[in-house]
Amino acid sequence: MDFLNAIVALSNYVLIPGIAYGSQLALGALGVTLVYGILRFSNFAHGDTMAFGAMITVLVTWWLQSLGVSLGPLPTALLALPFGILGCVLLLLATDRVVYRFYREKKAKPVILVIVSMGVMFIMNGIVRLIIGPDDQRFLDGERFLISARDFKEMTGLAEGLAIKSTQVITLITAIIVVALLFWFLNRTRAGKSMRAYSDNEDLALLSGVNPERVVMLTWVIVAALATVAGVLYGLDKSFKPFTYFQLLLPIFASAIVGGLGNPLGAIAGGFVIAFSEVTITYAWKKVLGYLMPDSLAPDGLVQLLSTDYKFAVSFVILLIVLLFKPTGLFKGQSV
Amino acid sequence: MSVNVKNIGLFALVGVLILLTGFLQSWNSALLILNMGLISAIMALGVNLQWGFAGLFNIGVMGFVALGGLATVLVAMPPTTEAWAQGGVRVLLALVLGAATIIAAVLVYRAMKKGWQRSVAMIVILVAGFFIYRAVLDPGVARIEAVDPAATGYLGGLGLPVILAWPVGGVLAAGAAWVIGRTALGLRSDYLAIATLGIAEIIIAVLKNEDWLSRGVKNVIGIPRPVPFEIDLQNDPGFVDRAAGLGLDPVIASTLYVKLLYGVLFLIVLLVLLWMAQKALASPWGRMLRAIRDNEVAAEAMGKDVKKRHLQVFILGSAICGIAGAMMTTLDGQLTPSSYQPLRFTFLIWVMVIVGGSGNNFGAVLGGFLIWFLWVQVEPMGRLLMDLITSGMADGYWLKTHLLESAAHMRLLTMGLVLLLVLRFSPRGLIPEK
Amino acid sequence: MSSDPYGDRGNTAPSAAHGGATPAAADEPFLIGQGMTGGYGNGPDILHDCTIAVEKGEIAVIVGPNGAGKSTAMKAVFGMLDLRAGHVRLAGEDITALTPQDRVAKGMGFVPQTNNIFTSMTVEENLEMGAFIRNDDFSGTMEQIYDLFPILRDKRRQLAGELSGGQRQQVAVGRALMTQPKLLMLDEPTAGVSPIVMDELFDRIIEVARTGIPILMVEQNARQALEIADKGYVLVQGANAYTGTGKELLADEEVRKSFLGG
Repeated sequence: MDFLNAIVALSNYVLIPGIAYGSQLALGALGVTLVYGILRFSNFAHGDTMAFGAMITVLVTWWLQSLGVSLGPLPTALLALPFGILGCVLLLLATDRVVYRFYREKKAKPVILVIVSMGVMFIMNGIVRLIIGPDDQRFLDGERFLISARDFKEMTGLAEGLAIKSTQVITLITAIIVVALLFWFLNRTRAGKSMRAYSDNEDLALLSGVNPERVVMLTWVIVAALATVAGVLYGLDKSFKPFTYFQLLLPIFASAIVGGLGNPLGAIAGGFVIAFSEVTITYAWKKVLGYLMPDSLAPDGLVQLLSTDYKFAVSFVILLIVLLFKPTGLFKGQSV
Repeated sequence: MSVNVKNIGLFALVGVLILLTGFLQSWNSALLILNMGLISAIMALGVNLQWGFAGLFNIGVMGFVALGGLATVLVAMPPTTEAWAQGGVRVLLALVLGAATIIAAVLVYRAMKKGWQRSVAMIVILVAGFFIYRAVLDPGVARIEAVDPAATGYLGGLGLPVILAWPVGGVLAAGAAWVIGRTALGLRSDYLAIATLGIAEIIIAVLKNEDWLSRGVKNVIGIPRPVPFEIDLQNDPGFVDRAAGLGLDPVIASTLYVKLLYGVLFLIVLLVLLWMAQKALASPWGRMLRAIRDNEVAAEAMGKDVKKRHLQVFILGSAICGIAGAMMTTLDGQLTPSSYQPLRFTFLIWVMVIVGGSGNNFGAVLGGFLIWFLWVQVEPMGRLLMDLITSGMADGYWLKTHLLESAAHMRLLTMGLVLLLVLRFSPRGLIPEK
Repeated sequence: MSSDPYGDRGNTAPSAAHGGATPAAADEPFLIGQGMTGGYGNGPDILHDCTIAVEKGEIAVIVGPNGAGKSTAMKAVFGMLDLRAGHVRLAGEDITALTPQDRVAKGMGFVPQTNNIFTSMTVEENLEMGAFIRNDDFSGTMEQIYDLFPILRDKRRQLAGELSGGQRQQVAVGRALMTQPKLLMLDEPTAGVSPIVMDELFDRIIEVARTGIPILMVEQNARQALEIADKGYVLVQGANAYTGTGKELLADEEVRKSFLGG
């Protein structure tokens, strides 16, 4: 019984949150890795792109809610998501047109593009704050829980409850759908293959008749969709606050680099590696160990390796270890 | 010649802007802009050393600035004797044990051959070391933080003159830079960027959470000052007489006088650092750095020790940021860990360097002043703009309220715009590298 | 390298006066780069009045010492550098102003010397990318290529980056053939492969030529290349030094002494 309780506690506090957070990071890292693969720079504006897409979704959600539209048990935000994606697509295409294209034509060094993306980050951050303000915004409605801790206890008779938030399930399902669509697109369609070809060998792709501008546009569209979905899922699961998206930049980049920059599969793996490391290292293991160990040995303290505020340190340390010992990442990324 | 005229003109423009602030707003605001401008210029000088001279992409400026801030607390605050008695030795011992763990791991890594045995040995050492460290540290920390938590609850500092904190801030930042540089400088530019971004976040997390060290989010207030207090000046009959002689109200005179004193101190530091940076730029060392920046492969092929040079300039630049950070905390008179935001303390400094002219020390200084002025003044300007836009709208109309409220967020937008415009139309900055 | 590149050695191609659009003569070669002069960007001229031509159904080979501008001449024909003088004509049409991409659309296939495959894509995807500009059904062409290079059929699902050097070159040639080009240009196809693989590659190239596609190639291994060549061009410092059939050049005492190691 104690063993079962330990497993339930572990699932409740580590596995399920880890899976949800990992999915969100993976989606974010996919966007970073695609920009890197096609446009060949690290996009520092990605966190704020996520914030922008999520903001549009939040605004449309509020509007739909005010009209009385709802999806029943599901959050209305899912209905607003396409609008958010559309808004984000328009923003990124406009940014590319006004900002990035100039440097592409000049064949600027990647580090210049990184600095340019810092400027874009400022502007996007400013736009989001201008429109929706810097504060926390709630836009989640529908059923809160798929299974609440109390229901679970009644069902199973265990002392430990297992709560599955609906947002966690939605996160996982959406992430699976989005990733499946992305890989289908990249591996099965002509346009997707042209993107991979361009990322692999730009000159040869040009020689084969691939239109670089089209590939770049396509990339921004996909990145906008990925960023918005990631931003909305994170916002639903936690809360929407512009600044937290900026802070997500570090774990997202860590995920992309750990997996191997430019490699989509690596971005997903990296997302889960980072998420699970963060959750396990900052989780207080007292409860789980209390169930597993005999009473006499049960720990007094929280058995928390690091306080939650140090979660950045976790992604950072993993990042450093990978960079020092396997610079191209777990999956082979580009080493430009 | 004409270049010099243009550059002097640009600096004169900044002077006029600050004077205008004095005439139109208040002399206190003008002096505050001047003082923070001096500090910003020093930070920009540090970043320029790394980016402009050597092409190192450091976006962890915030971390080094915060370390400088920590230095003021550690140097200038009086020691909390009770806390030291409770757990000071214990905490120090834990820190020594932690350092010993890392050193042991490094030694084992060097001594053993590559293979799973080495990995296992490393993991065992690190994990065991971590738990021992925590076992020693935690009780000490708990006892220290229990000592009068409302007022102290931390170890305090050494009670030395606060000016000493400035070089110490530089040394602290240099130490951190050495550790980062040793591990991350060999990496590609964007990896170095992410690594520095991460270390800055970690430094802030330490300041926020290690209450025994920095009181965390409870802040350290009342840091001793290198200049007299305004209230003392107001009670000093000699000062009041002199102020009256100049036709000034003693309260205003005292605030201006204190700010001026700070300004003089900061100016001295800036001039010294600027002089050193100029000398460095012109020296064989500076030429070698630029040669490496322009063609690393060729420089390496010519036998230049690229990694060593990079490490040196990374440490120097970070140290300058640390000095500036200590000066800033001195000016504020308090350490507020939650006020360190990367947009303000890392990216804004980058805007200063790029706008001023990377690779040119005077450009960085100019950028420091100019961008700081903008950063301060954009808010009132934004409010004016919003007033203008909304003037036709009815009072209480939601859009009007919203626009007026969000004027404060114009700052980031403007900074981004300035950065992009300069990068696009004047990529070498206002005072380009020679 | 002792020969004077600017001297008229008697067998340089006739450098006709080429001002304005000369109408194509009826007996003009299928592809001709005539009197080409130019270099990369604003750099110095690398080619000096250089002429390269390929007849239908023939293999033409460009040989010469290191730095003679062999690859540059081929890139000039393909439009990868700006010509300051001279023309390139394909089937009588002046294509001097076209971009490389447009030349691909006109029926020129080009296999670069390095980075000539998509390493992270499968063999089959490489071939598909070769056919990117085609809107018709290209499965027939793919079958032909698999017939030509049977090893590729076996490895069609493998990543091209995992193949051996010789197999990679086959992928590269196959990719270029997917557009059904009217002409195939190969830049040092045997660079860095072992002698045995080199012989096999030459056999394949002859086979491609037998299907009726004229081939222009640059080769480092001058002797073997001239043996299969219908036409050979020896370049020295960016100018034509000797021109003739492969056999003539192999027999030429001067050429043998200077370029073929006796």
